[in-house]
Amino acid sequence: MGDLSLGHFVVLGGILFALGLFCVLTRRNAIGILMGIELVLNSANINYVAFARYNQTGYDGQVFAIFVIMLAAAEAAIGLAIVLGIYQSFETIDVAATDRLRQ
Amino acid sequence: MSITVAVFYLLAAVTVGSALGVAFANSIVYSAFALMGTLLGVAAMFVLLGADFLGVVQLLVYVGGILVLTLFAVMLTHRISDVNVSNRAVGRLPGFVLVAVVFGWMVRVAGRARWVMKAPGAPAPTTYGIGEALLTQYALPFEVASIVLLAALIGAVVVSRKEVKG
Repeated sequence: MGDLSLGHFVVLGGILFALGLFCVLTRRNAIGILMGIELVLNSANINYVAFARYNQTGYDGQVFAIFVIMLAAAEAAIGLAIVLGIYQSFETIDVAATDRLRQ
Repeated sequence: MSITVAVFYLLAAVTVGSALGVAFANSIVYSAFALMGTLLGVAAMFVLLGADFLGVVQLLVYVGGILVLTLFAVMLTHRISDVNVSNRAVGRLPGFVLVAVVFGWMVRVAGRARWVMKAPGAPAPTTYGIGEALLTQYALPFEVASIVLLAALIGAVVVSRKEVKG
């Protein structure tokens, strides 16, 4: 691995986490918020794999990363289905405008 | 600087640059396409970390599945008039300050922590080991995960189908 250290990957994960958090905080488009969540999940995955690599703990970290990817897929399917349902009811996906549970 | 470090910085530049596009682009369509660069960069990072199977899974599930789903949703809900509408709820400055504080705090904690580290060995194929771990040590979570995926699939169909009256 040359002189590449764990810190490189931890800082990269931190940057991705911060950008994802910024995306979640500042977007009003529901799909934009879901994209921010994907960024946060990816940063967590980088940390899982990096720590597994630099601790020689077998495959635990990579198996957890696979479970995170699986949950991200389920979250994206459900989240986007809900977003499409909201769009059919409200004609918009601005999360500030969708403030009613019934029509 | 070794070639590995140079490759790392190149991939990190692609990943972070695309993530900046996701976070700051005005149009949600540009964000969705920038997300592709980030996901590809993360897949390359997995390969760089010796996780070849995970890199391929990232490519198949994220780039091939989740990203296409996101693009479909963007195209189905997108209106041209939405492009220039300011889509900020918190406001860029408060959000930026909050995120900068969180990021600085995380880097400070990561810098002060005493990680227990061992020198990583040469990268080896991981598919065999991951498959064995999923069917022995992680057999129960693996089965629960399949039920969760089935429930999510049925739930997505139920939520998004048109209501049939009568």
